[in-house]
Amino acid sequence: MDAGRDRIGTGIALPAAGAAERSAARPLRLLGLLGLVAVAAVLPPLFASSYQLFQLTLALIFAIAILGLNIVTGFNGQISLGHGAFYAVGAYATAIMMSHFDLPWWETLPVSALICAAFGFGIGFPALRLGGLYLALTTFSLAVAVPQILKYKGVEDWTGGVQGVFISKPDAPEGLGLDADQFLYLVVLAFAVAIFLLAHNLLHSRIGRAMRAIRDHSIAAEAMGMDIARIKTRTFALSAGITGLAGALSAIAIEFVAPDSFSVELSITLFVGLVVGGVGSIVGPLFGGVFAVFVPNLAESISRAAPGVIYGVILIFFLYLLPQGFAGFPQRIRALLRRRPEG
Amino acid sequence: MTATALLEVRDIVVRFGGVTAVGGVSFDVGDGQICGLIGPNGAGKTTLFNCISGFYRPNEGEIRFDGQRITGAPRHRMAGLGIGRTFQNLALFRSLSVRDNVLAGAHHLGRAGFLACALRLPGAVREAAATAGEARRLLALLDLEAVADIPVASLPFGTQKRVELARALISRPRLLLLDEPAGGLNHGEVDDLADLLRRIRAEFSLSILLVEHHMNLVMHVSDKVVALDFGRKIADGTPLEVRTNAEVIAAYLGEAPRERAA
Repeated sequence: MDAGRDRIGTGIALPAAGAAERSAARPLRLLGLLGLVAVAAVLPPLFASSYQLFQLTLALIFAIAILGLNIVTGFNGQISLGHGAFYAVGAYATAIMMSHFDLPWWETLPVSALICAAFGFGIGFPALRLGGLYLALTTFSLAVAVPQILKYKGVEDWTGGVQGVFISKPDAPEGLGLDADQFLYLVVLAFAVAIFLLAHNLLHSRIGRAMRAIRDHSIAAEAMGMDIARIKTRTFALSAGITGLAGALSAIAIEFVAPDSFSVELSITLFVGLVVGGVGSIVGPLFGGVFAVFVPNLAESISRAAPGVIYGVILIFFLYLLPQGFAGFPQRIRALLRRRPEG
Repeated sequence: MTATALLEVRDIVVRFGGVTAVGGVSFDVGDGQICGLIGPNGAGKTTLFNCISGFYRPNEGEIRFDGQRITGAPRHRMAGLGIGRTFQNLALFRSLSVRDNVLAGAHHLGRAGFLACALRLPGAVREAAATAGEARRLLALLDLEAVADIPVASLPFGTQKRVELARALISRPRLLLLDEPAGGLNHGEVDDLADLLRRIRAEFSLSILLVEHHMNLVMHVSDKVVALDFGRKIADGTPLEVRTNAEVIAAYLGEAPRERAA
């Protein structure tokens, strides 16, 4: 097929060179990543006030939650508008285990994640039959229902009803010379790094490829031997587990859970974070988490009377500037630079 | 009807409401054979193709592959049984790179699950490396190396068709089902395709069932041709026998030439 080689060779030679560059850059990227994590671990605890540190901790927690949502919505194409529900279940599971059973905080985390994964599996199973917008609405109704279920009299003994549940932040192990906020920040950072790395591995494996293949063309995916029901339900469970773990961390960071913290708005916040960060991007959720925590504050500092309006304007502005989310930023810059010399 | 037939199609009937799309068709595809399935529009070729690939369940009749009954088997089992396919109107994974599309074809050969992949357990890493090597070989064979890492949707139609072929081949099929592989290709590309199909058959020792409008291509590469008209088999034999068959000529007479002037 010499004709074929000519056709391609003349047309698109650049990307092949780009690929070679990319593989050579791999060790460099790993070094950069390590440096970034080191900076994130050292600088904020040294220089940030305890409130700023708390906000950074929350941003990281949101980033984990949004990563969970991104796995199911961005990579597998199953739209969920109800991930706040899994976040809530994770938070309550940890709060109840800590307050009622006196379990140490670190023991509750894997259990909360597993509970949420099981919950997600249960939701994911019937949700399989619902495509696109129907699934979006079904999950949305979950987000509407959960805060009300938490207030229900029958479970009040556990959930504390409208009052919620108080827990307290763990103290840093002695000898580290850290206060509780610094310690918690580092714990959450460690969880975030671990989960993002594991997600990166998974999404670049045969399983991640199958998730994306199913999103792009489910009939072809089936013909490739992919068991769609199996992969979709497991993806949903994994996603719910990660978002639930984030919820559990948030309960510890905030030292308090109450139904009103987990309203429908939370699910929308996660969804906005997903889109702003970049749908189907692995680093995108980090930006999404920062946006979710800091932009509402920024909006409130600009206008106390109508922060919602300012928030909306900022959101629209971002989506106009970066339709691919923050994750599309480098591409956008590259496209602009490429246009310049020609024009 | 020898005992060595890889694919046995027996008395397949498919009805859509009151319409009988396929009315009792039987034929065999032998080991290593290239079999062309032809017929005018609406003859039931694609319906029959979809039965063999597991996407339709026939109302009557059965299909056996390597002696094993496959009618009614779940669709995602077909790849594992050794039946690979391409689609009439490209069914690639749009946002994935060419390489990832090809790798996706090897899904059923892999064993690593969620946990093994996330933790990069040695087994999963070894498996991924082996698959990646296989993908490189196929990308080279199909002249796709230069475009391996760009999104498949941005490529020309003919190139995308080759990606589908690579994706089907990496699954190591014993029977390759091709649904109009020449559709939308220009003359030069069709000639290349004929060579390619023969090379693939030789190199991968597989059988090919070809549904195709492009008469020249079918007559050129097939060992055997099955002709359908109105859901029935009207001829079955060597390309020469079918081409000179009176019923086949009658079925095609008066219609616009089947070969596209692309």
